[in-house]
Amino acid sequence: MAIQAQEIEDLIRAEFPKAQVTITDLAGDGNHYAAEVIDESFRGKNRVQQQRAVYAALKGKMDGANGQLHALALTTKVP
Amino acid sequence: MSDAKQQIDETIKENDVVLFMKGTKEMPQCGFSSRVAGVLNYMAVDYKDINVLADDNIRQGIKDFSDWPTIPQLYVKGEFVGGCDIITEMALSAELDTLFDDSSVTYDKDAANKIREANG
Repeated sequence: MAIQAQEIEDLIRAEFPKAQVTITDLAGDGNHYAAEVIDESFRGKNRVQQQRAVYAALKGKMDGANGQLHALALTTKVP
Repeated sequence: MSDAKQQIDETIKENDVVLFMKGTKEMPQCGFSSRVAGVLNYMAVDYKDINVLADDNIRQGIKDFSDWPTIPQLYVKGEFVGGCDIITEMALSAELDTLFDDSSVTYDKDAANKIREANG
């Protein structure tokens, strides 16, 4: 079950409206993506907290065997 | 506390460094697990590897326990440190060295420097 880059971006943007979001399809198979999210709300949070927030925005798309997204290389930064 | 949760809790308390991974440290079965195990192996860190593929309860249990949807997951001194992307960043920035120093975990500093030289 593949997912479109735009769908990932929309989900992240819904939660982080002002973020700079860059999605890269790593393998061209709609299954392995890299996402870079740069958002002011990350300030003062450690990486685990930042990335948990992004995972939460993806609302279970990454969950186990039923997940549509097998791999998302995540980078989070403060502007 | 469920069995899986209790088992995870005991494992991370009894071992200074624990990697929940797909496969084993000798034979990882996923590229992301392989990358983190590779870093720890190369840095000669003494760590406990837990193969989540061997136990479905642990496989789901660790995701719930850490509130983190992916494997691998690294724990140091009972604290969740991160997954593949975070460990890679920390290895390259030497934050992983600092964490091990602060946690009294022994590792090969020269090997850690070599990783950074090779990826600098």
